[in-house]
Amino acid sequence: MEKLRLFRRTKNLEHEIDEFLSKLSESAILFKLAIKAYLREGCGEDFDSKLTEVNALESTADVLRRRIETELYTHTLIPESRGDVLGLIENLDDLLNYFEGALWAFHIEQPDISAEFKSGFKKLTSMVVAAVDSLVLAARAFFHSPLAVNDYNHKVMLYEKEADKISTKLKSQIFASDMDLAQKMHLRDFVEHIDNVANWAEDVADRLAIYAIKRMA
Amino acid sequence: MQFDPSIIIFLSSGLFLGWALGSNDAANVFGTAVGTRMIPWLTAAIICSVFLVLGAFFSGAGAADTLGKLGSISTPAGAFMTALAAAISVYTMTKAGLPVSTTQAIVGGIVGWNLFSGTPTDTKILTTILTTWIAGPLLAAAIAMPLYSLTMAFLRRSNLHLLRVDAYTRIGLIVAGAFGAYSLGANNIANVVGVFLPSSPFREFDIGGYYTVSAAQQLFLLGALAISVGVLTYSKGVMMTVGSSLGRISPIAAWVAVVSHSVVLFLFASKGLESWLASNGLPTIPLVPVSSSQAVVGAVVGIAVLKGMAGIRWRLLGKIVVGWAITPFLAGIICFIGLFFLQNVFSQVVF
Repeated sequence: MEKLRLFRRTKNLEHEIDEFLSKLSESAILFKLAIKAYLREGCGEDFDSKLTEVNALESTADVLRRRIETELYTHTLIPESRGDVLGLIENLDDLLNYFEGALWAFHIEQPDISAEFKSGFKKLTSMVVAAVDSLVLAARAFFHSPLAVNDYNHKVMLYEKEADKISTKLKSQIFASDMDLAQKMHLRDFVEHIDNVANWAEDVADRLAIYAIKRMA
Repeated sequence: MQFDPSIIIFLSSGLFLGWALGSNDAANVFGTAVGTRMIPWLTAAIICSVFLVLGAFFSGAGAADTLGKLGSISTPAGAFMTALAAAISVYTMTKAGLPVSTTQAIVGGIVGWNLFSGTPTDTKILTTILTTWIAGPLLAAAIAMPLYSLTMAFLRRSNLHLLRVDAYTRIGLIVAGAFGAYSLGANNIANVVGVFLPSSPFREFDIGGYYTVSAAQQLFLLGALAISVGVLTYSKGVMMTVGSSLGRISPIAAWVAVVSHSVVLFLFASKGLESWLASNGLPTIPLVPVSSSQAVVGAVVGIAVLKGMAGIRWRLLGKIVVGWAITPFLAGIICFIGLFFLQNVFSQVVF
């Protein structure tokens, strides 16, 4: 009976971790769609509906995170890797907060993005989301085949580097324009809101690489 | 034959040795599993105790026969001193921080009794026992290395979820621990009460005409209960610290170490395997008590060799080798001196 309970508990927890990662992946897609909607029509109905969806996903992911943490500690599962798994889940959860925070900033501050910068914002968002997508794949690999983590991490680093290049170029263009300094600084903040997601994804990937090495030792 | 109450006093040293074995050697079987919190201590202690008793009761005779051939201690007083010398050696070495083997202590004690009583030591049997002390850890390492490689290769290919691996490892540690405890009981019961066999107060009896419980089995049961008391009363601390002793190992490596250790102890204790090998014209494995601690150390070192000797505490390994060399001599000397006092001061018949 105890063994059956152990396997049922394990299966549930596996499902919850998978679900958590799926929520992160979905948030990344919605984030991209929300930014596109904002660039297209500002803070309209489409943008607001995406923001609402990201909010809901963030809340669900929080519930899942807490449930995973409680399960792992209550039943002393994976005692050797528990700290790493909890660290990973919490760090990934921060990415959801970054998505939500950035979209709220768009919603509240409604930056005026002129046409010449829209393509830069789109490219930056795509690159950031690609980095997060690769990170989700790396996290899934950590649980099933730690040897594959490096393959996905490599892509995270690549996309983060590209995002950095795009954000630097975009900020240079913003400050070279004829806008007021206040508006330039305002737009710079939004470039950083988006770019920070890729930076954090890279940090998480670095930690994940260590967790994977520990698992293979 | 009338029951002599003094036998209880004489048996006490063997039971004390059994208690010491249980409190120390249970950690070889369940130490890492408990230390890494994969299995709760109480679960481990109960499984360990039950299977130890079963192993001693049903398979303890093989190794005990060999030990009996080394020196057939004919009087309870002589057996008392031999077991006491072994127990004192184990206690002294443990206090000095040197890892110790009850097997080596009891063999040293028996040779001490042989010297005191003028009984010639069967050099062939002694050589066989000494050889197995080297062969035991080497065999454990030889089993652990391919088993660890195969296990890791399987895990890499299977793409099992981390949590699923954890669940399987827990079950594996319980099964391996139960097998380990059975093997420990079968192989090491001879150390605890083997010397009392020639002067055993028990007589065989039938259980409803279905099963005959021999005198030796009754003695083994008593010794196994002493080992179990050691497991249940004193093994917790040892188990909780064993993970940090020779070097930190993962639960999977721990499983490999316990399986390798258990196979070695089982090989050197199984009469069934011996007769099967003999009936198939294959060379037999001597049924000899081997050190549980040394077997598990051999397995851990084997795994470390695969990993490029990473994480091994060489200082501690050196101490183990020193303990290996000193223990039988110490037990032999204590036994010799103790027998002298028992015979000349307490007027006991020691041979």
